[in-house]
Amino acid sequence: MAKDFGIGESVKRSEDVRFVTGNGKYTDDINRPGQTYAYFLRSPVAHATLDSINIDEAKKAPGVVGVFTGQDIADAGLGGVPCGWQITDKHGDPMKEPAHPILAHGKVRHVGDPIVCVVADTYAQARDAAEMIDIDFGQLPAVVDMKAAAEGNPTNVHDEAPDNVCYDWELGDKEAVDSAFAGAAHVTTLELVNNRLVANPMEPRCCIGDWDSSSDDYTLYTTSQNPHVIRLLMGAFVLNIPEHKLRVYAPDVGGGFGAKIYHYAEEAFVTWASKQVRRPIKWTSDRSEAFISDAHGRDQVTKAELAMDAEGKFLALRCDTLANMGAYLSTFAPAIPTWLHGTLLAGQYATPAVHCRVRAMFTNTVPVDAYRGAGRPEATYILERIVNKAAKELGLDQCELRRRNFIRDFPYDTPVAVQYDTGDFDKTLNKAMEISDYANFEQRRQEAASRGKLRGIGLSCYIEACGIAPSSLVGALGARAGLYEAATIRVNPTGSVTVLTGSHSHGQGHETTFAQVVSDALGIPFESVDIVHGDTSKVPFGMGTYGSRSLAVGGSAIVKAVDKVVEKGKKIAAHLLEAAESDIVFEDGQYKVAGTDKAKAFAEVSLAAYVPHNYPIEDVEPGLEETAFYDPKNFTFPAGAYLCEVEVDPETGKVEIIDLFAADDFGNIVNPMIVEGQVHGGLAQGLGQAMLENCVYDEEGQLTSGSYMDYAMPLAGDLPMFTVSSEDGTPCTHNPLGVKGCGEAGAIGSPPALVNAVIDALRDHGIEHIDMPLSPNRVWSAINAASHKQAAE
Amino acid sequence: MYAFDYQKPSDVDSAVAALKSEGAQPLSGGQTLIPTLKMRLNMPEVLVDLSGIESMKGISRDGDTIHVGAATTHGAIAKSADIQSAIPGLAHQASRIGDPAVRNRGTIGGAIANNDPAACYPSACMALNATIVTNTRELSAANFFLGMYTTALEEDEIVTAVKFPVPSGSSYQKFDQPASRFPLVGVFVAKTAEGVRVAVTGAGSDGVFRHEGLEQALSGSFSADAVGGVTVSSDGLMKDLHGTPEYRANLIKVLTKRAVQEIG
Repeated sequence: MAKDFGIGESVKRSEDVRFVTGNGKYTDDINRPGQTYAYFLRSPVAHATLDSINIDEAKKAPGVVGVFTGQDIADAGLGGVPCGWQITDKHGDPMKEPAHPILAHGKVRHVGDPIVCVVADTYAQARDAAEMIDIDFGQLPAVVDMKAAAEGNPTNVHDEAPDNVCYDWELGDKEAVDSAFAGAAHVTTLELVNNRLVANPMEPRCCIGDWDSSSDDYTLYTTSQNPHVIRLLMGAFVLNIPEHKLRVYAPDVGGGFGAKIYHYAEEAFVTWASKQVRRPIKWTSDRSEAFISDAHGRDQVTKAELAMDAEGKFLALRCDTLANMGAYLSTFAPAIPTWLHGTLLAGQYATPAVHCRVRAMFTNTVPVDAYRGAGRPEATYILERIVNKAAKELGLDQCELRRRNFIRDFPYDTPVAVQYDTGDFDKTLNKAMEISDYANFEQRRQEAASRGKLRGIGLSCYIEACGIAPSSLVGALGARAGLYEAATIRVNPTGSVTVLTGSHSHGQGHETTFAQVVSDALGIPFESVDIVHGDTSKVPFGMGTYGSRSLAVGGSAIVKAVDKVVEKGKKIAAHLLEAAESDIVFEDGQYKVAGTDKAKAFAEVSLAAYVPHNYPIEDVEPGLEETAFYDPKNFTFPAGAYLCEVEVDPETGKVEIIDLFAADDFGNIVNPMIVEGQVHGGLAQGLGQAMLENCVYDEEGQLTSGSYMDYAMPLAGDLPMFTVSSEDGTPCTHNPLGVKGCGEAGAIGSPPALVNAVIDALRDHGIEHIDMPLSPNRVWSAINAASHKQAAE
Repeated sequence: MYAFDYQKPSDVDSAVAALKSEGAQPLSGGQTLIPTLKMRLNMPEVLVDLSGIESMKGISRDGDTIHVGAATTHGAIAKSADIQSAIPGLAHQASRIGDPAVRNRGTIGGAIANNDPAACYPSACMALNATIVTNTRELSAANFFLGMYTTALEEDEIVTAVKFPVPSGSSYQKFDQPASRFPLVGVFVAKTAEGVRVAVTGAGSDGVFRHEGLEQALSGSFSADAVGGVTVSSDGLMKDLHGTPEYRANLIKVLTKRAVQEIG
């Protein structure tokens, strides 16, 4: 039945019909009767006291229905924007957690900090009125540079955090690492910057708050990756609205990449204020506003040291990282440089000792949180860059040094608190070397040299932790939520199936992949399965989509619920077929009496459940709907090997990416086409980070790269044709589908491969490192400086 | 966007008359002006749309001069057979501006009247010794471009056409700024009756300029080697996120050399 639509088939994405024909339904497409519009007046300065705010003229402006300041929020007794993860520092103390007011109160702490919100009949009227507001700012020095902040900046972003340190955290056995370094034959060191990024989903954020005067219920329509999480955070911690009075609905969402995980002040404001003005309120971010109000990503500086014996066996790794939190703690910010970063520093290697220290810093910049990969790209970048530098110093091939250190026995307990359940790192490296024709690279280098181009090849072997994660573990690590997933399988009377999933699709293709899983399991047509997500009034519960967790966790919940449906169906079928329940088997969409030709189709049993005339009513309730919650036993560990080949034009420093090869182990695969698309998207974003994107503040805390005129997004023409392979993975050992997750791999594995390739291309210039993005100017400057140095020698 | 009145005259005289009213601004292709209006960075009281003036559109060749109407789009210039054969550097330059949507709306008159320091056309105008025609006068390119976002245009004066003398060789080399894809540096090299002319855009702190040293060297010997012997100073070159003055100076040399190689 499900042959062409089952697990393993490249089924075309059923959701794409509505997207490519302009029929998607995004938050901004929703308009409520009597709707008003919000305009947030945001801070033009990075750090200042709010000495006075005069809103008198704005209140009288045409169309204005309300003007709100931080004082109004404080008077209403609303909570601040909460943080969802508490890190305990190396002394056992909780992180510093300063308040994050919905509208700035007393002080502004970054360019873009919202100060006043004007609500009016039209957006233009709200904006016109905002221009009538006078604010006296008492300018303060801005804390922008993390290193300067760590070395004792006299200015504090928050009074509660002297020295601007949110936490000083460590992981691993420091003594073991120190003693390994003391006995090492060779030590490689590298200091590197993981550049700050802006997520830039195609759809800017948008939200509508809609309070119902008859029921006193609230609805929040919002661009979210996890509506239940928003309901929990906003309802319980900010607005004190119980769950049954608050619906959060995230319809089609045009990309998230992490930036739409978090609960934002604008969501709380429109929900609360809709009751104050007794009308729905819509806010839609424009692109410029997104740059200064969406959480940014990455932004770490790390000093790494790798100790080796004489044969290149890794003995220990030591990392000291400064991580930028921005001005306030975004929802998951504290977890990113710690538990999603430090725990991945073993990589694919059997390094016996690893120690990692992370100081999280407050600065007068936009909050920083998870962005596609979240902590894992940073860990991978550190590790895969320093391994390549070590290979160069030892005179070993980059593949060979890795092979001398690969983990080969699973399960494997790393020295940084995680257990890899499975993997085959030789296999993915072999595959990458095969598809890239690594063996014949030298010929290609020489051919390029004859054209005046410097050709290089760079490797990166990544591992990541996905499918976050066992609730008991993340709870112990500081998460203030469980990280399971929920699913309901509602079998309709005539045998079609509605799947209610707590995962949220914002580009991932869940409506197709999840339907394949259900169609395959129940033996019913793909078209008979409908996937419903994103609405807290429909879906029982959900933790949402991030960390490549949807199929591994959300899909597993679906499988568990399907199993419950089948179990109940067997009871009904046994009655209908007059057989013992233990004799009923379910296969190919049929309940069969084993060893006979007696059978009842899935739809016949479903109908019997809703028309229970002939039914085991004493033992089984009517109806056929089952809910399951799935809490994973462990993270999943996708891994792979990426090889990148580049040519550098030494005259201009311009890097041409010739090829990017990705060999991934995602375990089992449901839809190869969708997986390939996910890898392509990740590679594009990884390439963006490595070559183009850079979020830059000046010393006053002004965002210099605040538009596409200066923030370089990758265009299709910047990308090579990707060659990707994810066949024959090692199945995850602890979830029912054997899947690992594929959403972030491309963004995690590719930046070090790209940088390694460029550094390899510049091998004759004695260049050891260039920080991302490898802009033509940076590459040329490195070549130019090296040439002058070589000339001088 | 703030509210404004809108007029769409069909001839130059009516346009000039409309521009005399308080707070009036001309609108050509709108590829710069419309985004600035949307960001509330500009507040005209009247927008005078020049796109209805047919006499300002089109490309024609008259002997050794190519005549381009000011309201001619980049796309039309890129695709013009006359320009492709007479001034291939100019056709190529137009083909590299923005994306297809920009090229189908943006006009040469609008671009040179705005004189963005990273606009492409000022380099062609300077290198080719173009004549800028307005409703009142004709100006040499050198007298028209007066510095960053500054031209010799008076209030209520509009560019109506650009006249390009046909050179014996031309090439435009653009090196993209990674974000905006405007030229980080663009170099236009033209072999003209008066010698080789080299104009640089995207690099100068005061907008487009001609490089005397490169022109002299190339007028002596039109070869890549001649370029190699010239020192290009970084003094007066722009510094921003994407390029230091030293890098821009290097690009001026590299791009000039490549232009010379292309012209052959």
